[in-house]
Amino acid sequence: MDLAPPRDGKTIEKGTSLGRDAWYRLQKNHLAMASLWFFIFIVVVCFLLPLFPFVPNPNITHPDLQSMPALSSATSMEGAEVFYLLGSDHLGRDIFARILYGGRVSLAVGFLATAVSLSIGVIYGALSGYVGGRLDAAMMRVVDILYALPFMIIVIILTTYFGNQLWLLFVCIGAVEWLTMSRIVRGQVISLKNQEFVEAARSLGLGQSRIIFRHLIPNTVGPVIVYTTLTVPAVMRLEAILSFLGLGVQPPDASWGSLIKEGADRMASDPGLLIYPAIVFGLTLFSLNFLGDGLRDALDPKSSKD
Amino acid sequence: METARYIASRFAQSLFALLCIITITFFLARLAPGGPFLDEKAVPEHLIEQMNKNYGFDKPLPVQYFLYLGRLVQGDLGPSLGNKGFTVNEVISEGFPVSFLLGISGLVIALLIGVPVGVFAAAKRNTGVDYGLMTLAMLGICLPTFVIAPLLGEFLGLRLGWFDVAMWENSSAWFLGALTLGLYYSAYIARLTRGSMLDVLSQDFIRTARSKGVAPLTILFKHAFRGGITPVVAYLGPALAGLIGGSFVVETVFGLPGLGQHFIKAATNRDYWLINGTVTVFAILILVMNFLVDVIQAWLDPRTQSKD
Repeated sequence: MDLAPPRDGKTIEKGTSLGRDAWYRLQKNHLAMASLWFFIFIVVVCFLLPLFPFVPNPNITHPDLQSMPALSSATSMEGAEVFYLLGSDHLGRDIFARILYGGRVSLAVGFLATAVSLSIGVIYGALSGYVGGRLDAAMMRVVDILYALPFMIIVIILTTYFGNQLWLLFVCIGAVEWLTMSRIVRGQVISLKNQEFVEAARSLGLGQSRIIFRHLIPNTVGPVIVYTTLTVPAVMRLEAILSFLGLGVQPPDASWGSLIKEGADRMASDPGLLIYPAIVFGLTLFSLNFLGDGLRDALDPKSSKD
Repeated sequence: METARYIASRFAQSLFALLCIITITFFLARLAPGGPFLDEKAVPEHLIEQMNKNYGFDKPLPVQYFLYLGRLVQGDLGPSLGNKGFTVNEVISEGFPVSFLLGISGLVIALLIGVPVGVFAAAKRNTGVDYGLMTLAMLGICLPTFVIAPLLGEFLGLRLGWFDVAMWENSSAWFLGALTLGLYYSAYIARLTRGSMLDVLSQDFIRTARSKGVAPLTILFKHAFRGGITPVVAYLGPALAGLIGGSFVVETVFGLPGLGQHFIKAATNRDYWLINGTVTVFAILILVMNFLVDVIQAWLDPRTQSKD
């Protein structure tokens, strides 16, 4: 294990916090850091770049400019000057702009659905672990039963029943993705709740909810961060599968999943349509998974590879 | 005796879980807005009423629920509302074997590739081979099935002509589908196997065996493998649940007539009995799988029994 860098003698020596220690270890993991920066880059590009005027509207069609090659510029029938960084699709829409806007949807679903699953999972797990006894047994049985549900089928039912609105999509995904999180938090809380600081909080007369939310949940943060990082790509995959099956984002709006679907349909004639979104999507998931692995090693040195 | 009791309690739990799942889907389906007889054209009110009466939808919901359970016990899943003239049993017995074959052969391929790769990577830990294999596995996890599937179709199917790329009857397209699913899950299994093998290999009894001069291959396969494979066995249940969703995608890409398209159509059109039937059949499949996994696990590692 590496130690944090030495400090100057002026400040009073404090123990390094878990977070600082973990951050230091993470910085030594070049792959994880590269993944972190790449992911930030993708998020910034997808959310900020479309604010500038040089990114065209992704839904504007140019019937006369179909399947243009990458890095080509042309004048459309209406006399508009267009430049295609990654070429255009079968309707003359700018692939680059569609990837950016699709990324917004995919990333937003990834973040928000993860936030939903995180909230449910953490509260459920913490409550179950803290109260213990019968309630704990019953709550964990519920989780066991839900584990046996065919997930995909439930998400399909929910999305078809309650319409194709985007916010429902991430509520649905979040609602089925919280199980593992609740187990992780429960395990943590059970090992924490008998430690002295909780005893101290209780003897100070703090209420149950304050103990759970202020003392127990903050201490579960390490494994939760790791699992959250791994949930985001899982959720993004689920959204992509749904969009691929035609149940997620509805045209003309796009997500990376629906772009890949369009690309797969026209792969033989226009491989760029599949390859570009697939690369961006794959690299994003790649970086999140490596970041999650790196965070696990950083936050829990015991589990690191040797 | 202990084991028999454990197995019996697991079985009872599975039955209870199945009942819960059937109940949840029944009420979820019925509480959703819309109905099976609505059409783009306006349907006269009295016709809908007549239809509801024919199918027994006019009775109170709890009564319908128990009538449904009664039929279910006899193995009757009811008529399909969307496929006129077909029962749900017929629709499912036509599509299910396709989805099932896809899922199971995908799982077998995943195990055949994933476990050896994981064991090999663990044996060669922290070498170039290990890093190479694990990066490849990560790549496999990040490239979703719906990217791999069209690529496999293009190269193995169209360019090399080894397989058909569509249609089910007497065609080899299902193998491409199974391969797609298998490759994806083999990546997970390889990572899982490597991790748990490393855990086992770092334990004291392995060090003892090593210091006694037991051959490395014997240590790997006789001493470590049994413990190392346990998490992989535990993963098979969730993997199968995921494979079913994945097989929907693969069926779409290769045009295989599995349950996927039927099910999506049923959910969109509120084909109540087909929805419930499909969920029930898949839930039984997953529960049977989980049950088998528990039994195998109890045999591999007797300590797991004492967890409940």
